[in-house]
Amino acid sequence: MTPPRHFNVLARLLHWSMALAIFAMLFVGAAMVVSLRYREQMLDLHRPLGLAILLLALVRLANRLRHRPPPLPADLPRIQVWAATASHWLLYALMLAMPLIGWAMLSAGAYPVVVFDGFNLPAIAPHSAVLYGVLRPLHGVLAYLLFFTILAHLGAALFHAWVRRDAVFAQMVRGDRQG
Amino acid sequence: MSHPRRGSMLLLLPIALIVAAIAALFAWAGGWIGARHVTPQAMANTAEAAGAPLPGFRRAHSKGVCIAGSFTPAPDASRYSTARVFTQVSTPVLGRFSTGGNNPYGPDNKARVRGMGLQLKTDDGQEWRMAMNSFPFFAVATPEGFQAMNAAALPDPATDKPDPDKMKAVIARHPEIRAFQAWATSAPWPDSLANTQYNGVNAFRLTDAQGATRAVRWSMRPRTPVVALTPEQLAQADQDFLGADLQRRLAAGPVQWDLVMQFADAGDAIENPSIAWPPSRTEATVGTLTLTRADAQVTGPCRDLNFDPLILPKGISGTADPVLHARSSVYSVSFNRREREISCGQALDATGANTAQKEAAR
Repeated sequence: MTPPRHFNVLARLLHWSMALAIFAMLFVGAAMVVSLRYREQMLDLHRPLGLAILLLALVRLANRLRHRPPPLPADLPRIQVWAATASHWLLYALMLAMPLIGWAMLSAGAYPVVVFDGFNLPAIAPHSAVLYGVLRPLHGVLAYLLFFTILAHLGAALFHAWVRRDAVFAQMVRGDRQG
Repeated sequence: MSHPRRGSMLLLLPIALIVAAIAALFAWAGGWIGARHVTPQAMANTAEAAGAPLPGFRRAHSKGVCIAGSFTPAPDASRYSTARVFTQVSTPVLGRFSTGGNNPYGPDNKARVRGMGLQLKTDDGQEWRMAMNSFPFFAVATPEGFQAMNAAALPDPATDKPDPDKMKAVIARHPEIRAFQAWATSAPWPDSLANTQYNGVNAFRLTDAQGATRAVRWSMRPRTPVVALTPEQLAQADQDFLGADLQRRLAAGPVQWDLVMQFADAGDAIENPSIAWPPSRTEATVGTLTLTRADAQVTGPCRDLNFDPLILPKGISGTADPVLHARSSVYSVSFNRREREISCGQALDATGANTAQKEAAR
């Protein structure tokens, strides 16, 4: 069986919608903690969006494990192959970990985990100052790690598209039938 | 497969520019670069600068005691809001009494402001947190004004005393502070936490079953008759007289407050907590708070709770009052900092670990 030349349609749909959602999430997260006036409004967006990203990341992981991705170019230097593989699994790990840490952090701080007015999620961690004091800074540090990983991912994607001019960028833009 | 023609390495330049532009935008959103109005971190820093650092304690209203009891709604309270707390027969309450300032050992007879924080969790999983104060209106109309006032009250490094000219300048810009100063100098000092009235000060909205909303401010009115301290009694009072008095009263029986909603009229200042609404406004008693016990805050259940006034149940929501939003933001910073200190083992006094060690050594 020949390997696919492009990511399947679900993978592409999830990639671009989640790219938008995660970018929005990171900017809202960074802005809300320094905002005096709009923290509540931004939090009201941050929590349901985080839950949506968690659910989409699970679908995406399942799809990734069931469907072989298109191969990287055969002539790609080994260091770049390694960087591509490592950064992709780091992105998956952070997409799943960030919402879970946020949820556990609110639980440990005894905050209600409000998704929308009248609908709360249950706590997934015990009320604990020790745990909150670890998870809250971790949520912030990993958010910056995720942001920089995404920047590297974006830079690499543009490098493939504009400099190497190989098939990598098109793999996430076009379908197999579109050639 | 034909090999694609490579692009020029000069194209790395626009790639670097795009990545740098996004990074700069992110740094701006996170407050790392660019001019910024007052941040919650800056306000927490000012509160910290008012005294010696005491890890693990709240940055403001640091002295306090945990309290517990229950809330029972008035029969017709559910007319105004669909919040479960107004139909549930009784809701358990966890809370905290506090005195103003950032010294957890400060003298009670010098603390002009007293606070009551409450957490009400109903059986539908909803939660209502309140953070009320003994002043009838806020000192300043905006968080920026509050920050300027607190910064002006900090000791000047040269003289080790606040610079009166700085405060004069702040009052000239925020003349509403005068009304607060008048309250602070003239209002009686109740002789107990139990006969002190606590006011929500900020405006909120109640939503009823028809979806109609009403702007309100709420207060906890003591059922215990008010007895004011004379200036001599105040001067001679023990520095921990409030806590001792509370324990004495609770040993004798529960202490109660009525939760009273004051409804705004058209034209009342919803978004300015420095202006009290006239006492002639319609009011409704929507329930009764009954306190039955008090525990030391260092080991009590209120220590690791943030009494964030924007944690509200379905049926109650915040208004655009900027001070309300700033309180929520700054309390969060204070909570993050002190929980971090507790987590790192730097808060031996705030967690009672020092006291426990001393007792074990005895």
